[in-house]
Amino acid sequence: MIEVEGLTKAYGKYLAVDDVTFRVEPGTVTGFLGPNGAGKSTTMRMMVGLTPPTAGSSTILGVPYSQIPNPGTYVGVLLDASAQHAGRTGREVLHLGATLMGLDESRVDEMLAVVGLSDVEAKRRVGNYSLGMRQRLGIAHALLGDPQVLVLDEPANGLDPAGIRWMRGLLRSFAERGGTVLLSSHLLHEIEMIADELVVIGHGKIVAQGSKAELVAASGTLVRSLDLDTLGVALKQAELEFSRTATNSLIVQATGEQIGRVAADSGVVLTELRAADGAGLEEMFLQLTAEDTRDEVPA
Amino acid sequence: MSTLAADRPLVDLTQTPRVRLSRLIRVELRKVVDTRSGMWLLISIGLLTIAAVAIYLFAAPTEDLTYEGFAGITATPQGFLLPVLGILAVTSEWSQRTGLVTFTLEPSRGRVVAAKFAAVVALGLAAVAIALALGALFNVLGTGLQDGSGDWNLGLAGGRDFTLLQLMSVVQGLAFGMLLMNSAAAIVLYFVIPTAFSILFGLVTALEDAAPWIDLGTAQGPLFDDHSLTGTEWAQLLVTTVIWIVVPLVLGILRLLRAELKSA
Repeated sequence: MIEVEGLTKAYGKYLAVDDVTFRVEPGTVTGFLGPNGAGKSTTMRMMVGLTPPTAGSSTILGVPYSQIPNPGTYVGVLLDASAQHAGRTGREVLHLGATLMGLDESRVDEMLAVVGLSDVEAKRRVGNYSLGMRQRLGIAHALLGDPQVLVLDEPANGLDPAGIRWMRGLLRSFAERGGTVLLSSHLLHEIEMIADELVVIGHGKIVAQGSKAELVAASGTLVRSLDLDTLGVALKQAELEFSRTATNSLIVQATGEQIGRVAADSGVVLTELRAADGAGLEEMFLQLTAEDTRDEVPA
Repeated sequence: MSTLAADRPLVDLTQTPRVRLSRLIRVELRKVVDTRSGMWLLISIGLLTIAAVAIYLFAAPTEDLTYEGFAGITATPQGFLLPVLGILAVTSEWSQRTGLVTFTLEPSRGRVVAAKFAAVVALGLAAVAIALALGALFNVLGTGLQDGSGDWNLGLAGGRDFTLLQLMSVVQGLAFGMLLMNSAAAIVLYFVIPTAFSILFGLVTALEDAAPWIDLGTAQGPLFDDHSLTGTEWAQLLVTTVIWIVVPLVLGILRLLRAELKSA
């Protein structure tokens, strides 16, 4: 369980993270999606106490991260797979972690097997690893203490499609055993493959959150009417798919013209008829990304 | 209430002990030696120490081939490289970005600093022990090969001063590392400052009297030579230690406690 409440980080006048609030429930894999520089890494660093927040708070397993004793045995953290000493071997990296957490050396071998790093690979220095191998080592390090929560920043970056599928299986089974997973990505298709819940961030602000199914369905046309119930019945008769939102409007999977005809036929007054907000997840994400490629924002 | 209770999976954190300091120290010690660069730094310290005593064995006049002479000559290469070891013990967390892992596995940064301090002091003491052992070995060789005097009289004061010097240098390195958080800057400043001071004191004769009160190297002079410091000399050592070691250490710790740890 992860709870983030109004987390904000300002660098001078620039708001890297702006009032971010979300929850990650046990048993789910939540994707933290946003373009590069949207504030994902800063948010995650604040969650684990590496970056002091300007405002807001966050808890993991009900307490601030810094108050968790021997935190590696409760929360597996991977913030940057490349942030390892290039001159250390993969096995040594895990050995240091196991020593610090007070774990048996056998955990190192187990985790190397879980992430598929061979004995020969484990004896090589991290400086000679590919990004994919570093990600696997980072995952092994995060899993070392048999944690209940995983916080992973761009763990699929550098993995080939087979590697991404492997990670999906790994995180799924972790969640099915009651674990909580938050992983970030700047690639929509990557996160669509792995996560079942989504938190989308752009320019430091949460722009959407919910289950993947909900967010993907959020494309379509938004309608408001003086008589939503009658309109709903008419839409059903016309065999148009729709869902009702919390703000007294309908999202219909149809064009404005189709809906307008249905409304005219049933004599219902429409007060609003337009493309749904952001026109779906992909469109929204493309917009965020396009804006971001023009101006580089510090992470 | 029931939904709240269901909301929070009952994780009993109270039964878990913190990471023991001894484990933190063990990890920090190991991190100094388990990389290629760290290993070579230690090997260099060892080889240069051996080279220093070996050269001394053949170059020094026979009456100076004493235990004190041999032990004293090891101070030069060690005093040169031990601080680098202290600097890298901290700055590698930034240059190699391992700090992200170090400070997530132990969120109490003060404890990490304490462990690093203990680790570099232990390494400093080990270096002193090795230097004294090498000094003894070569003192024996000196009497055999070079007809050296072989005098064993180092004295308690000599041993104390020698140890003090090495520990001061390694702790100063640690302090500079924490204060600057950058390997190159810390190493350069560490070596440039004493040189800059000796140039300054050489140029401005009016400052010459103040030198032992400001310059650490000048104040440390008596620790190399006669091992019988006067009250004034102890006071000068204390003042310069505060300026060049204690203040940077305190500021460095404060900086590290507040710093934001980033990966890029």
